[in-house]
Parts: sequence; structure tokens; C-alpha cells
Amino acid sequence: MPADGGIGAPNKRREDVRFLTGKGRYTDDINVSGQAYVWFLRSNVAHGRINSVDTAAAQAMPGVIRVFTGADFEAVGGIPCGWQVTDRHGEPMQEPAHPVLAQGKVRHVGDPIAAVVAETVEQARDAAEAIEADIDELPAVVDMKAALEPGAPKVHDDLTGNLCYDWGFVEENREAVAKAFDAAAHVTTLELKNNRLIANAMEPRVAIGEYNSATGDHTLYTTSQNPHVIRLLMGAFVLGIPEHKLRVVAPDVGGGFGSKIFHYAEEAFCTFAAKEVNRPVKWTATRSEAFITDAHGRDHVTKIELALDADNNFTALRTETYANMGAYLSTFAPSVPTWLHGTLMAGNYRTPLIYVNVKAVFTNTVPVDAYRGAGRPEATFQLERVIDKAARELGVDPIALRRQNFITEFPYATPVAVEYDTGDYVATMDKLEEIADLAGFEARRAESAANGKLRGLGVNCYIEACGIAPSHLVGQLGARAGLYESATVRVNATGGLVVMTGSHSHGQGHETAFPQVVAEMIGIDPNMVEIVHGDTANTPMGMGTYGSRSLAVGGSAIVRATEKIINKAKKIAAHLMEASEGDIELRDGQFSVAGTDKSVAWGDVTLAAYVPHNYPLEEIEPGLEETAFYDPNNFTFPAGAYACEVEVDPDTGKVTIERFAAADDFGNIVNPMIVDGQVHGGLGQGIGQALLEQAVYDEDGQLITGSYMDYAMPRADDVPSYVVDHSCATPCTHNPLGVKGCGEAGAIGSPPAVVNAVVDALQRAGKDVTHIDMPLSPSRVWQAMNP
Amino acid sequence: MTKVSMTVNGQPVSGEVEGRTLLSTFLRDTLGLTGTHVGCDTGQCGACTIHVDGASVKSCNMLALEAEGAQVATIEGMSNADGSLGRIQQAFQDHHGLQCGFCTPGMVMAAAALLAEIPKPSEAEIRRYLSGNLCRCTGYHNIVKAILAASGQDVGAEYAA
Ligand code: FES
Ligand code: FES
Repeated sequence: MPADGGIGAPNKRREDVRFLTGKGRYTDDINVSGQAYVWFLRSNVAHGRINSVDTAAAQAMPGVIRVFTGADFEAVGGIPCGWQVTDRHGEPMQEPAHPVLAQGKVRHVGDPIAAVVAETVEQARDAAEAIEADIDELPAVVDMKAALEPGAPKVHDDLTGNLCYDWGFVEENREAVAKAFDAAAHVTTLELKNNRLIANAMEPRVAIGEYNSATGDHTLYTTSQNPHVIRLLMGAFVLGIPEHKLRVVAPDVGGGFGSKIFHYAEEAFCTFAAKEVNRPVKWTATRSEAFITDAHGRDHVTKIELALDADNNFTALRTETYANMGAYLSTFAPSVPTWLHGTLMAGNYRTPLIYVNVKAVFTNTVPVDAYRGAGRPEATFQLERVIDKAARELGVDPIALRRQNFITEFPYATPVAVEYDTGDYVATMDKLEEIADLAGFEARRAESAANGKLRGLGVNCYIEACGIAPSHLVGQLGARAGLYESATVRVNATGGLVVMTGSHSHGQGHETAFPQVVAEMIGIDPNMVEIVHGDTANTPMGMGTYGSRSLAVGGSAIVRATEKIINKAKKIAAHLMEASEGDIELRDGQFSVAGTDKSVAWGDVTLAAYVPHNYPLEEIEPGLEETAFYDPNNFTFPAGAYACEVEVDPDTGKVTIERFAAADDFGNIVNPMIVDGQVHGGLGQGIGQALLEQAVYDEDGQLITGSYMDYAMPRADDVPSYVVDHSCATPCTHNPLGVKGCGEAGAIGSPPAVVNAVVDALQRAGKDVTHIDMPLSPSRVWQAMNP
Repeated sequence: MTKVSMTVNGQPVSGEVEGRTLLSTFLRDTLGLTGTHVGCDTGQCGACTIHVDGASVKSCNMLALEAEGAQVATIEGMSNADGSLGRIQQAFQDHHGLQCGFCTPGMVMAAAALLAEIPKPSEAEIRRYLSGNLCRCTGYHNIVKAILAASGQDVGAEYAA
């Protein structure tokens, strides 16, 4: 462990001090002088035709500044979708309009119908209740398969049915996969659901729009993971504001998990309304509003089939998935069940032939988009469940079956279009067996049995594609954006540095980890490095934080910019020491001339850069500030193996997690403390998905689980302490830090471990149970045990 | 509007509020003490946890007027007199008991109330006591560890540099 606080040191987080003393500055903590407040009138029906919206009474209420309806937004654009998927037949997906405020129809509970801007939030809310919206309720579609039936109610009248796209991957392999199934010695089939989730970052979304009528400048403060993306989407596609007149600020953000990637209508509303009423306009979501407006996650229904030969080698894999899009296409929704899901279906295994079919469906529910892991948890869950089922059908050890089929040589080109650069799945499985003490399982099982409890063990692997991603590749796949990251490194005259990054921290600890990288490269104290992020006015155009990309892509941009700084600083040092540039070495913040005792300090060089009296002005400019944009040439592929031990109460069906161990390969580690925390958090969410969480709609499209009373969030006494290890590191081969990303692993790898463990417990107890859909509530488990 | 007066972190304060104004709103909007967070509207997330007359309460579950004359403590009053982190705050930093920080003020206030009640709680007692405080980031592991450490119990020195 380095003592200098550089790469590999568990430095304590500097951002903690403000968060622990109540001095964080979250968006709702910001109040702009003269601000008014908006309250949205939202649809309480899932599907309806808007006949009229009478705002006269509301407009006359005390404190009301203006009431807006969909008609006010006819001249601006709709909320755009950032990814176009091409279907099996080469046709573009169906892409419906998504107005800022509903026009003509409402399509999910929570769809905004009108908005009141008033002096106080109470006045806005009171007036919203006085709006008379005459809406004819229409039959709603909630179930995906029902939505595709002929004659089903159409979510969008101008589209052909409710199918967004029918995607095949790799379409050319369809026939070959079918043949492999015909030739298989054994086929295991599993039908399952990946339950619909709600991200529930603890900070509800907030937006504040501000307009300066003297300069024509707009500012939006928003709870976002990617302020530049919001600026581009909202400016260019919705409101027609050029970037130089639009500043987007995402200050301290209280968690995101994907749900704060997307451009939401409320952001566009506040920005638009601030100019219309010439007052800053603030919106703070209530939690109840968050449940019906934040993009939901997952919600796949899948049939997966695995073909094996007589020696238990995997020979082919075939899946058919229905993926819920909700009522509109959220920013990256189409990419989640396709490119973030189909490309991961090889998992950690040599399966030569794979065919993935995904039908994305519109329903009268909240839009569904990326949630921690985004597509990769869905891929991992079905694959690791079907392998477990196959092992049980064949009577072989599930770990041995996995080991037998592991990919062991790298680079490895999968049949689903990605190339794993590096990995060691045997090593992570060996490590898992050790840290999970699998050898001691039988003894623990006997002890549980003595206490009347059924103990089970679930083990699985996962792989994910992180560090999204090479721009030229995602462009071919339909992304309407590049996916590089940026950094500007500004060195001050007295030697301190400011790093302006396009990535965004909303819990990941960038302010602590990024300086470790710079400090390591220059050989200085990380406290000399400050990180600036979250404001388009003072950071270079960047794509933000999601897909575990901050360090792999954003960190690499910082490395590139710092390299440019060091190269220039060496030129200055060479001049100061009258030596040749090629002989200059930088170590521990000192520049020296190789083979001599001449040296100058970092601070001497930085001062010379800004006070260039003795300086090679004919060769280089004064100053020391560099920008780099880093575009990766591949995804990174973190992978690992997880083990879960559960106890099932045979009388109630209640499942408790007794032990959970995670062995991950994240490549190189910059701050192991932060990495542990990321894994813990992912595990908490994955266990939540497996045991507790589910967004439930009734057949009329009412969200039954619309508050913390009904949506079961994991609480401290629902989860165990975790054993985590990331010592099996195969560094990424194509980014300068050798890092892979760790933010999503826990959420991807843990749900199958939990379900495998519960099925194991029940089968050991002689129950004929092969699968239970998540969440594994006591009633579901009890019913599975007592059919 | 009605006048309400109370003592917050040792300072006498007062302000005009509506009958329906929540104590959390009064702290945040009238007093500018934005360390107290609001994460829900059903009294279930615990982000708004403060102390009123020594007891842990959810400030979104109480009207400002109900705190008339009370002694109120918030996260802003938890540091040592010299401004350094208090014992529980320091343990949260040392053991990485926070990520985005949004639940953190409520967690620290709940932990302080727990340790006042049970000076050396077991892991199970901590987990049970925190069941009214949601954290979406940490998986609770390091929060539990931080509270064990703050109570003077040995949690190993995993992150000691
Ligand atoms: S804001 Fe008080 S409990 Fe959630
Ligand atoms: S640290 Fe983010 S919610 Fe707890």
C-alpha cells in the first residue's frame, strides 16, 4: 500500500467533510433570488384523451404567475431519444413524440398535463388542484404480451401498434443456432422475469431554471449525472438554445444509479418557463412524484435456452425477451435491452453460437431506462440462472459446470460482437471459494438444519462491459452521441493544480480518487490537486458518469492531459537547467538531469511558466494548462464470481441472507476503500432486487407501489455484512490506468446468487422447485414450497 | 402566519410559519439549515432525522409549530467546538460510511441517538435501529462499521493508511 497517497492508497474522502457537516450543496439547497415555484398537474389515469384543460380558475388564484399547458409547448421540440435501434429487418425503431407537457393524450399515470408557476410552492400546488382537465379515460395496456395482441389499445395513435422494435442479434446466426439446438445432447429452458425496479436515489430530482433577460443567458441547475449531455439534448433538440447561451449546473447530487442520466421534461419546463415569466422557476420532486416520473429500470420477460453436448460443453444459447419501454422512449432506453444486454450474453463462457431476440414494447407505464447495470444484470441473471438449472438437470456441480466452460484465453472474441481483452475467471472463482469458505458450507448447513432452517448456496459469475465506449462503435450501433471523456488540467503558478473533468460525481468520490492519479504521475501530494466537475461553464464538454466509466474513460482523459502538462514542464525544466529535454526526469515532484545532480522543483517550473523571465519563449507559450479528450478503443470487461448463502424458514418462506462474498477483477485499483464501497452498494441494490423490490402496476395502469410504504427498499436489517475482494486483477490492456470500472458489478452479480441459493435450499429439502421469480418474498417462496 | 420560536444548535431562533409548515421546511427554508434533507413525503426515509429535546425525530413528520420552545439539534451542530468532525462524523469518514451524502445527516443523527441509548450496540442492534433510515449508496455495510467504531468497538483497521 503506497504511503504517498497516490494510486492504490485508501485515501479518506475529502468530500465527506462537507457532507458530514451539513454543508453539501445539493440542487434543492440552491435558492435563486426572486425564484417562483412550479407544481405539475399530473395524470391520474394511465391512458386518456384530453378534451380540454381549463386553467381560468387556477390562473385567478392567489400568487399564481402563469399556468402552462401542452399548447404552450407546441412551438418547441419534444424530449429526444438518444439512441436509435435498427430492427431485425433493417428498419429503424418506432419513435414516438414526447411533448414536455401532454398534448392530445396522457399515456401514463404521472404524465404532466399542466403546470402552475406561483410565488410559493403551496400556492402553486393549491392552484394546480383548481385546474379542470376534461379527460376521457381510455383502456390501458400494461402487460407487454397483451400490448402486442392484435386490437390492443395503442399507446401512440400515430404508430403501427405498440412494438418499438423487434431486434435480432446476431441475426445472421439465427439458423446456425437453431441447427445447434437440433443437434444438442441436452437443452435446458427457463422462463423468467427481471422485475421492474425504481432507482430511488435518496435525493429526489430538482430543477431550477434561470434566465437573464439582459444577456439572453439561460442557466439550469439540475440533479444530473451528465450536465453537458443535458445541455446538448435540451438546448439543441427541445428549446433551441445554443450551448453558449445555456449553462447547466449539476452540483452535489444525491445518488443517481442511472435515473439521473436522462433528460426529463421538468428540466426543459423550468428552463422554458423562466424566460416566459422572467423569473427563476424551481421544481423539487416529492418522493411520490419521483415514483411516477423517474425512469424505471429492468422489466424484462425472457425465455432462455441453453444447448449442451454430451460432454456438458455449451454449444448454443438462444433467448427471446420482451422489454418494457413504458409510454415514451427515455433518453437511452432503446440501447438497454439491445447493445447493453445482447452483447453480454456470452458471459464468462465459451458458447460458440448465440442468438438474442428482443421485442421492445410500449405500454401505459412510466418510461423504462438504464438502472445500475442496465441490460447487463438482465443478461447475467438469465444466463447464470439457466446454467444453474442445467447443472441440476444434469446432476453435475454448478461450479464445475461453469469452470468447464470458462473462457481461458484472451483476447477472446465472443459470438456477440465484443472482444474481451483480458480476464482470469478461474482465479476469481478460486478466490471466491476461499473468501466465501465454501468448504465450510456443509457444516453451516447442518447447523441451520438443527435450527429448523433450510440453508442453500448460490454461486454465479458475471461479466460486464464498462467504460462506455468507443465513439465510432456506438455510432454504428445507433448512439446519437460520442462517448469520450474530457479533462482540462490547469497548473497554477505556485504549483497547485485544478482538474476540470467532464465526468460527474454523485457519490463515487471523484474529488478524492482523481487527484490520486495526478499526484502519482507528478509525484506530489494529492492535496495539491483540486477537482472541478458538474458545471458546463467551467468544464470541457464531457459525457458524464454512468456505465462505470468515470475512471476508465474520464480518468484516462486526466492521464492524457497530465502527460501533456509533464511534457511541457520538462521543456521548461530543460531550459532552466540548460540541459537537453530528453535527459529530464520527473520524480517525486523534482525535475532532474539524468546522470547529474542538477534538479529543479515542480514549483520552480510552474512559476517559470507564468513568470516567463527565463523561459524558452521562442519554442513554447507561457502558461501550463492542457486539455485532453479520451476516446477508448474498446469496452472494459470487469468480471467476477459471487456466492450467497441463505436460510429459508420452512414455515413462513422468509429468506435471510446469511453470508455474501464477492470476488471481483476490476483491473488496477486507484482507491481500494472507494472500490469496496461501490461493491457494497451494488450488492445492497442487487439483494434488494432479489428479495424485496418490485414496481407493480394494476391492470388499469395504476402504480400500486407508489411510496416507501409499498415499494420495499432494502433496509439495514435486510442485508448482511459483505466479504469483498478485488485482488485478482488482470489490468485492462487498452487504457493508460489499466482500470476496468467497479460501479455496477455488485448489482449485476448478486441477484442470480440469491435466487440460485434459495432454489438450492429448497431442492436440498426435497422440493421440486426450479425457479422463483424475483422478488423472493416470503409468500412466493412459501407458495413454491407448497404448490 | 404564526410566530414560532425554538433553540436550534444552542441558538435561539424564531420565524413566521403557516400552520401546515413542516419542521423540516422551517429548518431548511426559513433558517437556511440545509443539512437536514428531505427524501420522501411519507415519513419513511429518515433523511430528515434531527433531535428534538434529546429524542430522535423525523422533522418531516412534525409541524414547525409543534417545536415551539423546544431544544433542536441538527447535523450543523454535530461538529466539535473547534470545527473539527465530531466522534460519529469522524468515524463515518474513517470507515467510508457515506457516498453521495444525502442520507448522511439523518444517519449521523440517528447514530447519535442510538449511542446515547445504547453506548455499545451490537451489529444487529445497529441494523435494527437504522431500519428507519434508508441509504441507497452504501449497502449499509460501512455505516454499520462506522457506528461500531464510533462506539469504541474494534472493527479492524482495514483502511488505515
Ligand atoms: S423526509 Fe422525513 S422521513 Fe423522509
Ligand atoms: S450515501 Fe447516498 S443515500 Fe446514503
